[in-house]
Amino acid sequence: MRAKFFLPLVLFAGLVAVFLFGLRLDPSRVPSPLLDRPVPAFALPDLEGGEDGLKTADFLGGPTLVNFFASWCLPCLVEHPLLLRLGHEGRVRIFGVAYKDKPEDTARWLAERGNPYDRIGVDRTGRAAIEWGVYGVPESYLVDGEGRIRWKHVGVLTPEVWEEDFLPRLEGVGK
Amino acid sequence: MKGFIVALFLVLVWPAFAIGPDEMLEDPALEARAREIGKELRCLVCQNQSIDDSDAELARDLRVLIRERLKRGDTNAEAIAFVVARYGDYVLLRPPVKPSTYLLWLGPLLILLAGGFGLGLYLRRRKQAALEVQALSPEEERRIQNILDRHR
Repeated sequence: MRAKFFLPLVLFAGLVAVFLFGLRLDPSRVPSPLLDRPVPAFALPDLEGGEDGLKTADFLGGPTLVNFFASWCLPCLVEHPLLLRLGHEGRVRIFGVAYKDKPEDTARWLAERGNPYDRIGVDRTGRAAIEWGVYGVPESYLVDGEGRIRWKHVGVLTPEVWEEDFLPRLEGVGK
Repeated sequence: MKGFIVALFLVLVWPAFAIGPDEMLEDPALEARAREIGKELRCLVCQNQSIDDSDAELARDLRVLIRERLKRGDTNAEAIAFVVARYGDYVLLRPPVKPSTYLLWLGPLLILLAGGFGLGLYLRRRKQAALEVQALSPEEERRIQNILDRHR
């Protein structure tokens, strides 16, 4: 009799637990099937339209933070100071992919606010971004020295994300 | 006035056509296949719409990309696999049946079975309870005897 009385209560508590867990998940964060896979094949021109932009082979030889951004993207403005600081610290190479942006707009944006990127690829059509599984800017990836994607972050890169998620992984990846 | 109403009507219904005329393929068979694929794929920007319904720029890019692949001779499955390889199973509006999604697919059935089982149990017990003839307690026995005695 006792057990029967408490059964609905236990079931209810179980449901509450499941829903609470569900509420804490972020549905906008889509897991990437590209994790632990090599960087996709792509080649992008630089801001002047030359060939020296960004391509798959550039990722070999050391860990890299890849940041998809655009001058029209407001959240990119928010994370920009952090990228600048990281660029000065020099702990990791930073590559930028200008997503669906006019090269002259990107260049002006970077001239006004500072350029944290070691290399920049211009992805005017967004095709290279699709190869990376990008679905909105900003998105950031950690690529290890063998050119394998190790981590993905969707949205603004904050100091907390950098400290708690990125740095430990960077140490795991090695130099 | 009539022109204004027509224009207003066009503006109001415009969002229904996410696919621009410029995107469509000339070959109606290929275009039909592209539409079919577009209905299967989730738009990652507005997540509960298919890329076929969505006005998001990424959805448009994916529609164009799928049409390109079909023109180059991809089968529907190959075109879908290309997108899944980059965005994961999550882009499929109909999730695939595999160990990680068994609960998703079988969950409703399990709940239905559990409910049916519980209901059956309850109904059986109720029937049994109704059939059982309860013996009178000594108190009831005494009261009935009293009534009978009084009306003799």
